Amino acid sequence: MTTDQRHMSEPPLLSVRNLSIRLPEGFDREYAIEDITYDLDPGEILCVVGESGSGKSMTANAIMGLLPELLKPVRGSIEYRGRDLLTLPEEEKRELRGRDIAMVFQEPLSALNPLMTVGEQIDEVLLVHGETDSGVRLKRVLELLDFVGLPEPATIRNSYPFRLSGGQRQRVVIAMALALEPSILIADEPTTALDVTTQAQILDLIKRIQRIKGMGVIFVTHDFGVVADIADRVIVMEKGLVVEQGTAEQVLNQPRHPYTQRLIAAVPHGAAAGGSGAAVHEQAPLLELRDLNKTYRTGGGLFSKPRVVPAVQHVSLTLHRGQTLGVVGESGSGKSTLGRIIIKLLQSDSGQILYHGQDIAPLSQAAFRPMRKRIQMIFQDPFASLNPRHTVGRILTDGPVANGVARPEARQRAEELLALVGLDASAYGRYPHEFSGGQRQRIGIARALMLDPDLLIADESVSALDVSVQEQVLRLLKEIQERLQLGMIFITHDLRVAAQICDDIIVMRRGEVVESGPAARIFDAPQHEYTQRLIAAIPGKDWNPRQVIESLQEEPSDVAHASPASRTLRWGTADPAA
Amino acid sequence: MDFVKRFSKNYGAVVGAIILGLIVLMAIAAPVLFPVDPWRTVAMPLLRPFEDAQYPLGTDMLGRDIAAGIAHGAKVSLLIGTVSTLVAVLIGVSVGAVAGFYGGIIDDLLMRFTEFFQIIPAFAMAVVLVAIFSPSITSITLAIAVVSWPGVARLVRAEFLSLREREFVQAAVVVGQSVPRIIMTQILPNAMSPIIVTASLMVATAILTESALSFLGLGDRNVMSWGFMIGAARTMLREAWWMSFFPGFAILLAVLAINLIGEGINDVMNPHLRGRKQ
Amino acid sequence: MMSFTLQRVMKAFVVILGVVILNFFLIKMAPGDPAVILAGEAGSGDPQFVERLRAEFGLDQPVLVQLWNYVSGVLRGDLGFSYRNQVPVLDLILDRLPATLLLTGAAFVFSLVTGILFGVLAARNRGNVLDSIITTLALIFYATPLFWIALMAVLLFSLNLGWVPPFDMETIGAGYTGWRRALDIAHHMILPVVTLGLFYTAIYTRLTRASMLEVMGLDFVKTARAKGVPKRRIIRRHVLRNAILPVFTFASMQAGQLVGGAILTETVFAWPGIGRLMFDALMQRDYPVLLGVFLVTAIVVVAINFIADLLYRFVDPRIAIA
Repeated sequence: MTTDQRHMSEPPLLSVRNLSIRLPEGFDREYAIEDITYDLDPGEILCVVGESGSGKSMTANAIMGLLPELLKPVRGSIEYRGRDLLTLPEEEKRELRGRDIAMVFQEPLSALNPLMTVGEQIDEVLLVHGETDSGVRLKRVLELLDFVGLPEPATIRNSYPFRLSGGQRQRVVIAMALALEPSILIADEPTTALDVTTQAQILDLIKRIQRIKGMGVIFVTHDFGVVADIADRVIVMEKGLVVEQGTAEQVLNQPRHPYTQRLIAAVPHGAAAGGSGAAVHEQAPLLELRDLNKTYRTGGGLFSKPRVVPAVQHVSLTLHRGQTLGVVGESGSGKSTLGRIIIKLLQSDSGQILYHGQDIAPLSQAAFRPMRKRIQMIFQDPFASLNPRHTVGRILTDGPVANGVARPEARQRAEELLALVGLDASAYGRYPHEFSGGQRQRIGIARALMLDPDLLIADESVSALDVSVQEQVLRLLKEIQERLQLGMIFITHDLRVAAQICDDIIVMRRGEVVESGPAARIFDAPQHEYTQRLIAAIPGKDWNPRQVIESLQEEPSDVAHASPASRTLRWGTADPAA
Repeated sequence: MDFVKRFSKNYGAVVGAIILGLIVLMAIAAPVLFPVDPWRTVAMPLLRPFEDAQYPLGTDMLGRDIAAGIAHGAKVSLLIGTVSTLVAVLIGVSVGAVAGFYGGIIDDLLMRFTEFFQIIPAFAMAVVLVAIFSPSITSITLAIAVVSWPGVARLVRAEFLSLREREFVQAAVVVGQSVPRIIMTQILPNAMSPIIVTASLMVATAILTESALSFLGLGDRNVMSWGFMIGAARTMLREAWWMSFFPGFAILLAVLAINLIGEGINDVMNPHLRGRKQ
Repeated sequence: MMSFTLQRVMKAFVVILGVVILNFFLIKMAPGDPAVILAGEAGSGDPQFVERLRAEFGLDQPVLVQLWNYVSGVLRGDLGFSYRNQVPVLDLILDRLPATLLLTGAAFVFSLVTGILFGVLAARNRGNVLDSIITTLALIFYATPLFWIALMAVLLFSLNLGWVPPFDMETIGAGYTGWRRALDIAHHMILPVVTLGLFYTAIYTRLTRASMLEVMGLDFVKTARAKGVPKRRIIRRHVLRNAILPVFTFASMQAGQLVGGAILTETVFAWPGIGRLMFDALMQRDYPVLLGVFLVTAIVVVAINFIADLLYRFVDPRIAIA
């Protein structure tokens, strides 16, 4: 199916033709994007999908004329209403921006001017595009705030951005974009920085306004779930090239290009693992938390009252050897605080942390230090979790050396573990910046294993990774956990990932555990209203990537590795027997 | 090596390094070039510059050689500039590291203490300290150190506060490294580049402060210094402009050179200014 | 709002108390026994007389009692007595303070206005000739000793060109009044204000330029461009307002250093302020005056910071809850 077949009558709203943007010297490839060609029709949502470094945001910025100065389009054209946006004089482009083509950005926290009220910022769009009557502008601002679903427009108009939540700010940005009813809306990862329930709301909002206003939307994302929810048509990009292009139905369910197939195979699918943990439950628990509490107090000075934020409230849980327990929650749920309390990077206010039956909560840092090696952590950010000034060897052996092991002995162990996590032994003498994000995360896993722990805490350990790398690291974690029979606490915001790797899950909200149970049960038959909302908010519920991959495997095509999960879970069904 | 290569591409920094190199050379060679004590009368008073080839920068009202004074004065400026900065950095790093690493009440107390020193007008404080402890190289050096450490302390604290929360530092805690070891091997090396940049700029400020103190007559009476020469020339402005012009120009050059070097180091060490490669 | 103001008043008070205590210990460390000096002034070296003086001034009491006496004295406005000038220190200082406030206030405004102006110009023309000229000049003035630039300015503009008077605050003995006098003072002020301010102009120029460039790279500036806001309006409404905040913060902290710099400027220009008073006290080894000036300088600085703190709340809405 080609573009012409779909809308014979109408010309496309926007045509990108053979667009190439050259990178400055010193990058690993010559072009940021090369030979990109696509059309955007009125009233459709076109998703541009790709992993980091694929150049997926590049055309969006080129259309807006917002490319960084170092990047220059060298070939091709972007035609809008008979005019080539690339050769348009700056003043005419400025006229188009905000009036005809508007944009929504990824980071709602930084996309708004901190010193202007949200009302002023929306008002400004109208003002700079020639609306001189302030009464008209005010009326429109209130309309827009109301339209994007913000409460009490008259009040919120006078608020500064720092008073609003991330989701509210994104609504303000969308209101600005809609102010002059543009014909094209470009959304560059607009929900990536948001919590899943907020993401669902913003996605709904974008779909709704697109339907009402009949705009053409270019939606840039890395998340196939989001694509499944909103796309009419999809473009898949890899390393600056379009590898596949077609309707959502085509690309999602009959992907042709191997790269697309690989990406879809890597989408976390929420197939609960289950099973393996049951036998071990007979033994004494490895870790038991009893009524754990932690409250943050900030800003308390000599003359000022501190602000009090309860981060963990009355949390109790039990973990056995060989069991993976998922801690799932949105930002501010206290899930990371909980992990840091268990590993005593933070001190709890009250409650017990029984590790092999011994309460470690009251121990001082010095008293706890000899026990540290038994409880290890895998961190979130593969770039921040390794000291940039130390070699991988130093990073791995520092722990054993601090615990009294001789460096040569530690080195031997380090080389074994590098092999275990799938890295070459030559990694030992190299520095972190020589590795990719996924490789660094493997180093982080090796570091945690250097001390032979029996309890691992993984704090959002795959969240910063691209989906294909994420899948590999998850598999590695699961393999290691099963092989070494570790107890693992897996902290994540992503229920799909949790369901895939965890035996049991607890769901947290504002410091409290709202629901806990076997992963499959939580996923299939959530009891608590909040868990239900979380699951309902997962993007792409009606699309089953597992099925797509399985059906592809039946055909003789070269699909990359499928995950060796024990059983598949249907999305959107609520069958407790599954 | 990489550092040297990038530094040498910075035009301003190279010029600064050359000027500073010449000044250091002059300070070292002063006893050879001008073996006569710069305090001694060697020629007619108030010789104009270039009037007598032997005294190219002229003489002052007591017939002392201006050129000799400048060559000998370099030593004091460089010495006090460097040593006072080292002392200030030492105090600042200690205070900032403890405050930033431990946080909480310790941080609060140390920062109030630092703010106190920061809010007091630095130069007035230095004047009072030197006056009360009577002017000498030691008292001047210490006075400058006392008024200039708060900046370092705040910087180091901020660096430590942010580095402390970084995952690689938390990882070091988790694998059981001791606190002193974490501070010395994990945090401090990563905080080093802003400290070095600040320190290099502080040397320049210290030289300015030293010259201002000696200008006010608070210099060490046993050694010649640029500031003193200008102070002595103040009343002779109408009659002998060269008496104050040349020492001041020497200060300007020295301070400018060090600032250029400091900026060069900053450009080289601050990764966000470099073209980032993936 | 009230509790915030109260907080800041408390904080300022604590700092001033700290300076007073510091001052006390500096006095104790000052060379020479005050009683002996006083006895010497009175023309008597008699040990008994010295003892009597010591008792009279409480110098024989424990240090803490002396500290209390000193602190309560200062709080009542007693900064000690200048034996050289035979007047209370406070009178001397209050007599000279307006001249210094005039000089430093004018230099502060001058340096802030010109610094921000040049910084914005340089940032807007980043990489152009104008940018190079401004940054080079800023670099040079940042490295120039301000007492030297003052002398050189006198040499050039007063002695050689005769455009402005070289010394004093007004024409001595001219007996001008009203506007005529104000004009005369303004004429005398030009050189001191400019030479004192230039160093700070250089600092604010560099700071403003760096801050502008940083803000220009922030996300909300991109948002503004995406909205179709013209470049000049982006600079004015979005970049400048955000970029200027750190400059103001820094400037309010630097205000104190300006008062310190005034010691040098007033010395060169024979400006009758507390800086000049400090220099004279130095020459005469008049420690009570020296330390009194130091204390008053610190109080002025604390007051400036206090005002800046309060003003800041109106500029930055985020402070309100912090």
